Amino acid sequence: MAENKTQETGLAVIGGGPGGYAAAFHAAEMGMKVTIVDSGSKLGGVCLNRGCIPSKALLHVAKLIQESKESADWGVKFAKPKIDVDALRAWKDGIIDKLASGVEQLAKRRNVEVIQARATFADSRTVSLKYEGQAPEGAPSHLSYEQAILATGSVPAMPGLFKIDDPRVMNSTGALELETIPKTLLVIGGGYIGLELGTMYAALGSKVTVVELTEGLLPGADRDLVRPLHTRLTGLFEGIFLNAKVEKLEVRKEGIAVFMSGSGAPAEEVFDRVLVSVGRWPNSMNLGLEATRVEVDEKGFVRIDAQRKTNDPSIYAIGDVAGQPMLAHKASREAKVAVEAASGQKSTFDNTAIPAVVFTDPEVAWCGLTETEARAQKQNVKVVRFPWAASGRAVTLARTEGLTKLIFDPESERVLGVGIVGPGAGELIAEGVLAVEMAAVARDLADTIHAHPTLSETIMESAEAFFGQATHLYRPKR
Amino acid sequence: MTFEFELQELGEGIEQADVVNVLVEEGHVIQAGQNVVELETEKAVVEVPCPEGGRVVKVHVAPGDKVSVGAAILTIETEKGGAVSEKKAAPAVEEAPAPSAEPEQPPVLEEEKPKAAPPPPPRAEEPAEEPLVTEPPPAESPKRRPAPAGPATRRLARELGVDLHQVSGSGPGGRITAEDVRAFVKKSMTAAMSGLGAAAPPPLPDFSQWGPVERQPLGAIRRKTAEHMAMAWQLVPHVTQYDAADITELEAVRKRYAVSRGDAPGKVTVTVLAVKAAMAALRAYPQFNASLDAAGGQLIFKKYYHIGVAVDTEHGLFVPVLRDVDRKSVVDLAVEIEQLAERARQRKLGLEEMKGGTFTITNLGGIGGTAFSPIVNYPEVAILGISRARKEQVVRQEQVEQRIMMPVSLSYDHRVIDGADGARFLRKICEVLSDPMQLLLEA
Repeated sequence: MAENKTQETGLAVIGGGPGGYAAAFHAAEMGMKVTIVDSGSKLGGVCLNRGCIPSKALLHVAKLIQESKESADWGVKFAKPKIDVDALRAWKDGIIDKLASGVEQLAKRRNVEVIQARATFADSRTVSLKYEGQAPEGAPSHLSYEQAILATGSVPAMPGLFKIDDPRVMNSTGALELETIPKTLLVIGGGYIGLELGTMYAALGSKVTVVELTEGLLPGADRDLVRPLHTRLTGLFEGIFLNAKVEKLEVRKEGIAVFMSGSGAPAEEVFDRVLVSVGRWPNSMNLGLEATRVEVDEKGFVRIDAQRKTNDPSIYAIGDVAGQPMLAHKASREAKVAVEAASGQKSTFDNTAIPAVVFTDPEVAWCGLTETEARAQKQNVKVVRFPWAASGRAVTLARTEGLTKLIFDPESERVLGVGIVGPGAGELIAEGVLAVEMAAVARDLADTIHAHPTLSETIMESAEAFFGQATHLYRPKR
Repeated sequence: MTFEFELQELGEGIEQADVVNVLVEEGHVIQAGQNVVELETEKAVVEVPCPEGGRVVKVHVAPGDKVSVGAAILTIETEKGGAVSEKKAAPAVEEAPAPSAEPEQPPVLEEEKPKAAPPPPPRAEEPAEEPLVTEPPPAESPKRRPAPAGPATRRLARELGVDLHQVSGSGPGGRITAEDVRAFVKKSMTAAMSGLGAAAPPPLPDFSQWGPVERQPLGAIRRKTAEHMAMAWQLVPHVTQYDAADITELEAVRKRYAVSRGDAPGKVTVTVLAVKAAMAALRAYPQFNASLDAAGGQLIFKKYYHIGVAVDTEHGLFVPVLRDVDRKSVVDLAVEIEQLAERARQRKLGLEEMKGGTFTITNLGGIGGTAFSPIVNYPEVAILGISRARKEQVVRQEQVEQRIMMPVSLSYDHRVIDGADGARFLRKICEVLSDPMQLLLEA
């Protein structure tokens, strides 16, 4: 039992994920007295422990397996790989441990106190601390602070329809535990989480089926960027059902029976396992926020202003709990803004380009204005595309299905948005983000030398095409 | 195919206009380039053509509306092919055919409109199909985009309390650099110190407490005039000199000439002659034909003579500019002034026609009055005002004679022109006007 003792600190950071620890470290650098309260056994939040990191490690393996099959075309033939799931799991867990202990070390070096407990707000300046199991010796029951940053993140959404209390119905956390490689897997939800995890399991040998409610995979992304991915996934997955819905799940001994409706989807089929990846919910419930002036909107996001301050002047909120997009890098940028604001500086979150990356194969990445948004907002834009079929590097990789597109303001020639699909899109997009953020114009991109032969040249050539012609792509004059 | 015609930029820095007249109706078929609306901007009525031809499906504006650049004016069903043309009743067809690899609607195309251009045949390469797509102009004005500045510049602006939307960017495409932000701050400080960014006026009382009142919105022209006058008054230290020109002989000549010309266009009025007289004076005193670059510490002498003539119309005050008055004859100028004045009255003067003047003349003699102190038409440095000429008893060479005397007023910028020069300049004008031969020789 924790003693009835209140510890004091300057800045309390509730949640030790990419938003939380970035905020804590930045605040410590600025000389504040900082305490992180995190309910997990390791710092790093969902991203490090149950999200970004393990999924990327496993996707790396998936890519390797897939490529080893394709290389037969190039004169290098591999036998079917022997997959040791336990070793794979151990390797993945090893990565998590390594990175988590890295964050721990950084916290120690910066004199950031870390309390492993569940925080609940008692009032605007105090959280009560609940420990799992035996509380450590001398552990405080309360933490009082001058200011707090709420960085509690989000959890996988699990609608009531799918809560049938069977371990074979998983969310992303369960999927990443990699307990087993199911023979058949149904992925409910064709967003980035479902597609990434589906890709991973398919590469490891599962027969994967995806069912998506809307008319396309990755809703929200431009269709021309999704098309090459969809085509390739059609070869990898057993089936992709769009405009389709899961009506019911039933527990059976031989598997989970799934009842679907919609174009082409099987009315009833049994799967070894089901992955529910229909979104994420912000973690704003059961935090005691009612004891503060913090307000939460109807979707569960904490209401904040441009400085990430909530309605309570002592409390800031960042990351997934504070709004879309739910991305780790958005959280870490917000962390800096909130800390600077808390220290009295005139900081604002005013980034114009937040990249989104889908780590499937091919990767899909975009930033800034999408073509879909431009149409919806009726903005006058000029879109230029460069197909990777015309890229020398892409041909050497035997991956010519990719596409690079730039979205410009025709008047000022400014880059408003960038979209890329193809291997490495996730790294390539960085140039696009910088271009949009720096308000670069087409000339800036077109006249900058890009190394040859690289995929980055596709960005340069797209910009050149804005003016009419790109070197490696002929456009008949209209 | 539906085409949304929206308002393009009308002129430098002009963001808004009032709709004066809508020239087409729903159901009309118009040609590409046909004028569809008349808009009033700061100083002129402008006719706006629609770039596409077709049937007008919807008119989005009415006389009296205020429209901004980007606002929807018309929706037209064009004759262009490649789309579902017979189903034009559906206004939901808002987008151009989606840029994509697959040929979008070939089956429809085959049946409909034979004159429609067929889409380019699908090629082996996929997205190369529609490489460059310019989307049709949107119907609503686009959301305001963030000011174009990199993160470091934004941070600087934030620290200095600068609203980036107010700063003009010197970088490519209007990008705002850190230098631009600093220059903006300097400019604002200087303006504040010179009183231009003067303190806000005290709030108006509620006049209705003393009697009935009626509020009327200011027209665009009145608003612009008000701004210009306030600015000129604040910036320029004004002095006004008064004098009188003996135009007895000039009038005699002028009237004789008028009789002989009859009804031919180009009536030679006192104003016309004053233009020539002013020109002679400007030639003799070039500092009156200049502008002051206070910040740069320079006087900019103009080697050309463009004289603006103030025209009072029921819509407001306009100052069309006569260009190169030194190269035009009196009759040329008379014809031109007449035409400009008429166009001003019909509000058909272009904005460009009112720019570039080096000197201004304002003649209120037609109405009456003895003298007035006109406001210098910044960035010029002097302005000539003319009042009503009248018969006066004047002592000439010891004799009292009846002469026609025309009062003239000269306001000038005392930063550039001293009193003595002001007096000399005005005297010159009076001398030239008092002797028709001198006018002929010097102008």
